[in-house]
Amino acid sequence: MLKSEHMVGVGTYLTIFFALMVLTAITTAVAYVDLGVLNVVIMLAIAVTKATMVVLWFMHLKFATRLTWLWAFGSVVFFAILVVITLSDYLTRAVLS
Amino acid sequence: MAEALASAHAPDVHVLHVAHQFDDAEQQWTASTLGMWVFLAQEVLFFGGIFAVYVIYRTLYPDAFAVASNHLDVALGTFNTAVLIGSSLTMALAVHASQVGHRRALVGWILMTMLLGSVFLGVKVYEYAHKWHEHLVPGPWFQWHGEYPKQVEIFYSLYFGMTGLHALHMVVGLGIMTWLVVAARAGRFGPDYHNPVEITGLYWHFVDIVWIFLFPLLYLIGRHWHP
Repeated sequence: MLKSEHMVGVGTYLTIFFALMVLTAITTAVAYVDLGVLNVVIMLAIAVTKATMVVLWFMHLKFATRLTWLWAFGSVVFFAILVVITLSDYLTRAVLS
Repeated sequence: MAEALASAHAPDVHVLHVAHQFDDAEQQWTASTLGMWVFLAQEVLFFGGIFAVYVIYRTLYPDAFAVASNHLDVALGTFNTAVLIGSSLTMALAVHASQVGHRRALVGWILMTMLLGSVFLGVKVYEYAHKWHEHLVPGPWFQWHGEYPKQVEIFYSLYFGMTGLHALHMVVGLGIMTWLVVAARAGRFGPDYHNPVEITGLYWHFVDIVWIFLFPLLYLIGRHWHP
């Protein structure tokens, strides 16, 4: 193994896998309970948690360089800009017209 | 220098695995993983465009998206989510096998990942065929006898667009893994050189993450909604 990489143990991979499975079961179950606007919030919070676990351990970002973190989070920031600015247009059309 | 390093640590690894533009295997490793993350950042924005379209139309037509989404098969969607997360586990185990130099385990885990990926695509083909027979493929043959037919057609355009783009990424992944299996069997990878295994893993996990968001947005978004 190279010095620049970090070996994640099989046990850690299995733990992440089971956590992802449990979160999948929870998100599917909660979807059938009417919580109003909270349904979407919980659904997305669970999806973001699952994605973060995959990125940190399966994709080894937890052990990667600062520059790698910058690219990983930079992409999310730019996606957020895309959504926020586009919605700021659509959501204010009724109000401003 | 590089050849001496490689042959000293792992005699069965190809001695020319450090390309001439790199100082050593470490620099090559850092450069190739960072390069893949740069590509994945582009992928986030590539998928980001269609996710933004989903966000806008779901904001405009929440009721139509709920009835359209409720027509999808949750059991198949949940099953496929589990299959894809399982394939991410086997891919991670393939990377681990390459790090410790277990060639047979490496080949086995890549084949297992390909098998699970194929199961996912098989289920997807079954779902698409079902939607085709139900006239839910957007276009001149689209039929919806419930409420909001126009808006439901927008949902199904996004359903086929997003899952189709995702499935295309999986087909590409299976192609890369076919090459990976051949190279792994030939003994090209070992503890000192397994960059292609790690990079393919990064790609496969990214495709898994896209599905982690697609599954709730497409299959679960309207389940709590009772008309």
